Amino acid sequence: MHIAEGFLPLVWCVFWYLLAIPFVIWGARNVNRIYKDRPEQKLTLAVSGAFIFVLSSLKLPSVTGSSSHPTGTGLSAILYGPATTSLLSTIVLVFQALLLAHGGLTTLGADIFSMGVAGPAVGFFTFKLLRSMRVRTGIQVFAAVVLSDLVTYAVTALQLALAYPSAEGVQGSFVIFFGVFLVTQIPLAIAEGILFTIFFDYLSRSRPKLLAQQFGETK
Amino acid sequence: MKTSTKYIFGLLVVVAIFVLAIIVNPNAGFGGTDDLIRSIIQSINPNYRSWFASIFEPSPEMETLLFSLVAAAGAFVIGYFLGYMRARSKKQKEKD
Repeated sequence: MHIAEGFLPLVWCVFWYLLAIPFVIWGARNVNRIYKDRPEQKLTLAVSGAFIFVLSSLKLPSVTGSSSHPTGTGLSAILYGPATTSLLSTIVLVFQALLLAHGGLTTLGADIFSMGVAGPAVGFFTFKLLRSMRVRTGIQVFAAVVLSDLVTYAVTALQLALAYPSAEGVQGSFVIFFGVFLVTQIPLAIAEGILFTIFFDYLSRSRPKLLAQQFGETK
Repeated sequence: MKTSTKYIFGLLVVVAIFVLAIIVNPNAGFGGTDDLIRSIIQSINPNYRSWFASIFEPSPEMETLLFSLVAAAGAFVIGYFLGYMRARSKKQKEKD
């Protein structure tokens, strides 16, 4: 989902930067507060970030003949919300843009918005909604993680389509771009979903109090 | 079914998806959809020129190295966490 360096017109670079920056600042405040008020959460926060590091650097081949990668943002989105996730994603994306020529500084704002804000936001609210409906925890987590992944790619496709409308307009090129992503992304999203469902289940068995505190469900 | 059996089964499915992806398409380039997108952009708008180049672009070997370094760093933190949790629950049990 990284948009290549220099491949977004300047107007859109600025636009996505402006949308993404407030979330990153909000996220930095959240992290600060976790460090001050809830130091017992530090380790889980670090692990959420670590998953983004690992999963977003796993490039896997797929049927289309090109490769793609999971986003890894699902766990962090569920536990800490989109703002904090946008900060963690920013760290990963800056590293990839500067050292790996994967994504770029001009497209950083757009990438932070799709991977750090939009995907995790949808995942976060899906989780909240399903949790309030009291469906099984596994389903809450799986749906949230899969949507975090897929929505990220949908937003990237939208960002590209807005900058490059085809002859049939924005809609036409959105279908083209999202089509390219979707075939590679569905299996990855499912794999990511299973992985995080297992990890979340483990977490809720080993640290039930920590999770209850996080979700404000302490009795 | 025991929880650990469920975990192992789930992880096997994850591995199977990854392995299948490679088997289905053994000659897949690792260029990524990101590069594919670049050529689609060129076909929609042939006049578009990238207006900013990456400041630093690693050689393919370096790229692999850096990618695995990031993954290793992340895996280290996850491993640390799992080890910490295991020791913690062991201590808890000893106390009880």
